[in-house]
Amino acid sequence: MKISFFALAASVALSSMIAATATYAGDITGAGGTFPAPVYNAWASDYKAKTGSAVNYQAIGSGGGQTQITNRTVDFGASDAPMAADKLAAAKLLQFPTVVGAIVPIVNIDGVASDQLQLTGDIVAQIYLGKITKWNDPAIVALNKSVTLPDLDIAPVYRSDGSGTTFVFTSYLAGVSPDWKSNVGSATSVQWSAGSGAKGNDGVAASVKNTKGAIGYVEYAYAANNGLTIVDLQNKAGKLVKPTLATFTAAAAKADWKDAKDFAVSMVNVEGDEAWPIVSTTFILLPKDPKDPAKSADVMKFFDWAYKDGSAAAEKLHYIVLPKDVVDNIRTSWKADVKGADGKSVYGE
Amino acid sequence: MSAIVGSSTDTDTALADVARGSPSPEARHVPGAGLDPIFKAALYGCSGLILVLLASILILLFWGGWPALATFGPSFYWSTVWNPVTEKFGAGVMIYGTLFTGILALLIALPMSFGIAFFLTEIAPVSSRRPVGMAIQLLAAVPSIIFGMWGVAAIIPLMANYIQPPLIWIFSSIPVLGYLFKGPASGLGMLTAGIILAFMVIPFITAMFVEILESVPAMLKESAYGVGCTTYEVFRNVSVPYGRTALVGATMLGFGRALGETMAVTYVIGNANRISASLFASGSTIASTIANEFPDAPAGSLRNQSLLELGFALFVISFIVLAISRMLVRTGTK
Repeated sequence: MKISFFALAASVALSSMIAATATYAGDITGAGGTFPAPVYNAWASDYKAKTGSAVNYQAIGSGGGQTQITNRTVDFGASDAPMAADKLAAAKLLQFPTVVGAIVPIVNIDGVASDQLQLTGDIVAQIYLGKITKWNDPAIVALNKSVTLPDLDIAPVYRSDGSGTTFVFTSYLAGVSPDWKSNVGSATSVQWSAGSGAKGNDGVAASVKNTKGAIGYVEYAYAANNGLTIVDLQNKAGKLVKPTLATFTAAAAKADWKDAKDFAVSMVNVEGDEAWPIVSTTFILLPKDPKDPAKSADVMKFFDWAYKDGSAAAEKLHYIVLPKDVVDNIRTSWKADVKGADGKSVYGE
Repeated sequence: MSAIVGSSTDTDTALADVARGSPSPEARHVPGAGLDPIFKAALYGCSGLILVLLASILILLFWGGWPALATFGPSFYWSTVWNPVTEKFGAGVMIYGTLFTGILALLIALPMSFGIAFFLTEIAPVSSRRPVGMAIQLLAAVPSIIFGMWGVAAIIPLMANYIQPPLIWIFSSIPVLGYLFKGPASGLGMLTAGIILAFMVIPFITAMFVEILESVPAMLKESAYGVGCTTYEVFRNVSVPYGRTALVGATMLGFGRALGETMAVTYVIGNANRISASLFASGSTIASTIANEFPDAPAGSLRNQSLLELGFALFVISFIVLAISRMLVRTGTK
């Protein structure tokens, strides 16, 4: 009697476990930065409506995305910071870009609206180095004669997690401030001299929104969708530019895709009067030797659909799509580089 | 206990055999005899599993963190550099943050716990003791992530709008005290973390205080009341000195709990790898640093090893604090 009860309980438990783990074929999981999360989530819901396959994207930061795909715990990784060529080779990963986005500085100062405040890269670097501590500092006031700046402490906000957005932002600061380059450097995680950290682009946006006198850096979609006060920056040509789709596109057009190994271009501090200085593409990491070739084929199918049909969704969220010849190169490298155990290419069409 | 049960059954059987005159095979058969060794083995297995688990955690932390300690030497524990770019790491900022927020939490929680405990044991009408006691216990049951959410949603705006600006305005020009209250009124910081930790720690300390105060012999208190002492004098001169050792032990238990809190602190402490004197400055604790950085540190990298070493440091600190607390509580309540 007792034995049969236990047997019954065990069989119920086992069958429910099997039922729970049965996933719909074609579902893929990915993890990575919060920079492209708005567009990946939009694509995922459109793709599910069209084909029924779910794409589960976890925005845990570019650092987390790189770690997870290296450990093969997800089907694809996403990172705004390109991985170094030797790390890519060691982890046997293929890196390809999806969209281009821009990073904008946001502030929270009473009486200052979007596009009213103007800053140079050097001033932003000094703020994050802790050398400029008040909003009515002479350097800032000199640039902004039409705005009354209060005697308010500056509260810089940065990313506490390993972030590709940080990588691009610190690359920008290293390019415009020799002080920054020698003292801090650029990476997905650096030692910040002033301010406090928040998790994810959304965390930085929320932190700036809630703190008077705060300054932070986020991907443009977060600033636009949350109604945050955006700052105009001085670009390499010395012109003050507004963060609009036109200035982002002007910067993206300068990217030299032909000479970039593993598609790792830099769009930071590019030449041009109309170019926004902090623009970046974002990458997907895929295993070159997938243990489950069907999953990798599904990932490539999803992004293939995104390149063909996802442009409208991307542009609605203020991202820029890649030029056609780059997309063709990406498809070529899918065919050439992602091989199953039998040595045959995984990418079908 | 099972051994004693088993042997009395065996003894009964043996006595029954002797009374009968000869042992019969049927009489020898004890219903539970077959399963009893399995039962005992399962119990040994469970206890052994816990010990093995504890040892394996300790070994993982120690072994994983050893390369970091070997690279940086003992100065790892007090170095305040945490630089992922130059790959130089040091635990100084985190250890300072952990201890500082813990002490802040205690400073805020202790007076309240004393008050609540004494209220519950002496002053409260008997009918209200159970509801108030249960409310305190309910506070202990709130998950720490809820405290984190409450901190972000309620405490941070409160601090940023109503508490920090006046304090900064009053104190920032005073020479020495000014350093304690400097910085932008962002609502985050050590003080906010200390306040939230205090609320998490109050139920534990209060529960133990109530137990300790109730163990004070009624005769001592009655005699004090009899010679005309006021309630406060009985509290200060009779109850507290009687349970002094155990009270310190209970406090350290609360401190040990505050040391390990992760999510509640991570949301409100500002995640800055810097030491600053100001109560409003952002900082880091060991737990918040591990929560933020462990997912991004690839296995085998120096950062990963430094984080494991940090975890080992926290394990050792918590262990020491809890061991002292248990020792004090045990000698205090007889």
